[in-house]
Amino acid sequence: MTKIESYGNKPTRDGFGLGLVELGEKDERIVVIGADVSGSVKTSYFRDKFPERFISVGVAEQNATTVAVGLALSGKVPFFSSYSAFAAFRNADQIRVSICYNEANVKIGGGHSGLTVGPDGATHQSLEEVAFLRTLPNMTLICPADFEQAKKATVAMGEMVGPAYLRFGRPSVPMFTKPEDDFVIGKADILRTGNDISIVANGIMVWESLIAAEALKEKHNINAEVINCHTIKPIDVNALVNSAKKCGAMVTAEEHQVHGGLSGAVAEVLAKNYPIPMEFVGVKDTFGGSGEPFELTELYGLTWKEIYASSLLAIERKNNGSSSIRKVKDVAVYTEGM
Amino acid sequence: MSLEINFSDKVFENRKRNNSEYEEITLTIRRDIIKSLVLAKSGHSGGPLGITEVISVLFFGGYMKYNPSNPNMPNRDRFVLSAGHMAPVQYSVLARAGFFPTEELKTLRKYNSRLQGHPGLDMHLPGIETSSGSLGQGVSIAVGMAMSDFIIDKNERKVFCITGDGELQEGASWEAAMAAGSHKLSNFCWIVDNNDCQIDGRVKDILSVYPLKEKFESFNFNVIEIDGHDIDQIQAAFDKFNENHKNNDLPTCIIAKTYMGQGVSFMKDQYNWHGNPPNEEQAITALSELK
Repeated sequence: MTKIESYGNKPTRDGFGLGLVELGEKDERIVVIGADVSGSVKTSYFRDKFPERFISVGVAEQNATTVAVGLALSGKVPFFSSYSAFAAFRNADQIRVSICYNEANVKIGGGHSGLTVGPDGATHQSLEEVAFLRTLPNMTLICPADFEQAKKATVAMGEMVGPAYLRFGRPSVPMFTKPEDDFVIGKADILRTGNDISIVANGIMVWESLIAAEALKEKHNINAEVINCHTIKPIDVNALVNSAKKCGAMVTAEEHQVHGGLSGAVAEVLAKNYPIPMEFVGVKDTFGGSGEPFELTELYGLTWKEIYASSLLAIERKNNGSSSIRKVKDVAVYTEGM
Repeated sequence: MSLEINFSDKVFENRKRNNSEYEEITLTIRRDIIKSLVLAKSGHSGGPLGITEVISVLFFGGYMKYNPSNPNMPNRDRFVLSAGHMAPVQYSVLARAGFFPTEELKTLRKYNSRLQGHPGLDMHLPGIETSSGSLGQGVSIAVGMAMSDFIIDKNERKVFCITGDGELQEGASWEAAMAAGSHKLSNFCWIVDNNDCQIDGRVKDILSVYPLKEKFESFNFNVIEIDGHDIDQIQAAFDKFNENHKNNDLPTCIIAKTYMGQGVSFMKDQYNWHGNPPNEEQAITALSELK
């Protein structure tokens, strides 16, 4: 297996912004709704290039959402973007009734997602929206792993018909998917094959999963499979079940609460199709706080180390028999001396 | 006492009319509302009866461009009932305009009916432009439609929207107002059904939204206050909107003073008729008054 390497760092928000410009060039129906944070979520690229197709509605996310619906019902392909903290919750009813029930062709770019928005603190750190959005009928929900994938996902969203939400972040993160790689909505990418433990991640946690897989190989000769489950809805059932059958234990990793997000989506698939021991890496039922982005991911347990430790724990449970009850052990037991 | 409900197949044209021609139309629509609600055994009586004149002039007075045999005609004007609970009047008007058979009014609120309790786009009822019912959202969708025509496509289409007055307690309504006024959407006509009634009581007692005229003016609207049961005043208001649109002036807000339950004596101006249907006995009385 060739080791996957990064080739620089860029924010996923830049991928979103450039993807919008690419779409705008191809499709005149693309319209962008600004809600005052255009520079932050990079819709400013589109605004500067296509000012006649950029409509500002100010800091009014509820209205932005339903205005987008009106545009969609008039044949446009509107993108509305703000921070996920405000683009998925402030307007939750608008998303449920006016976008999803109408099956309106509205795309939402949820930026500044997760802890890595950093110093702004808990009010701006959305860690719950995946749980909400993935329960909505007709919704497509994507969380890309790096800049290149964010760009491709944005274009793919614009080309599909129906409601969709893209979850992306603020800081520069390693780039490792290649421009020539395929991106298909709903098709998970198997980045590394293995048969001891399956690690399923999205967003910034995909890169951490690749590091964890290297460490597992190096220290324990464990072969980890790493799946980039960029599309949370519709989820790639086949990829997950096949990997579960092959590995017999699974870890999910996401920059989100451990409740209801990717963890829940994957657990629902396995509980129904192929139950195996699972461990979940994510934020543990707590709010975030101010700090530097990657200081916070350390503090809240969103690094390769927790994935590594959780993998060992899941494998131990598998080896004790699939019906074994989870032994509560602190992550530190496994990472001691590292 | 038993009541047999039938709907005539009478359809009305959309054309310039004299004041006197509206009597038959408004009586027919009010009868439809009572009949469909008594069959549904649930639903909202007061609002639909109160807005009947306004919506009749809009749909049958030549003020709105639409084509029942081609509901998605690209250059049609749009109508959004933001106060989605008033669906029975919209269904009646659409049926009487010829969008679907009047017999279908019997199915209001029944399982699998295209006439959902609140308009649902998923049921593909011809003439319905959007789902509505979560208050404050429809008007914002209508603003988005108006933006599509006015800002992006720069065409001549118009967008009409009816909200309640209680609905204005939803903050999202004012976000929509701000956007329409700020972008000077002269193709947008917002009609407020000002009956001063909501589920819990009088709007002014529950949470006052007044003064309305000054509020909408400060949000950059041309405001026209009318008696919402006076056909001449309604026609004049829509004429004024057309003039505003032609002159590329500000968006228009028509504040229509109405009575909830207008046309049925025991329902008139009674807020407890906001969310209730007539029973059979009440329906018989109501229909006997609507002749």
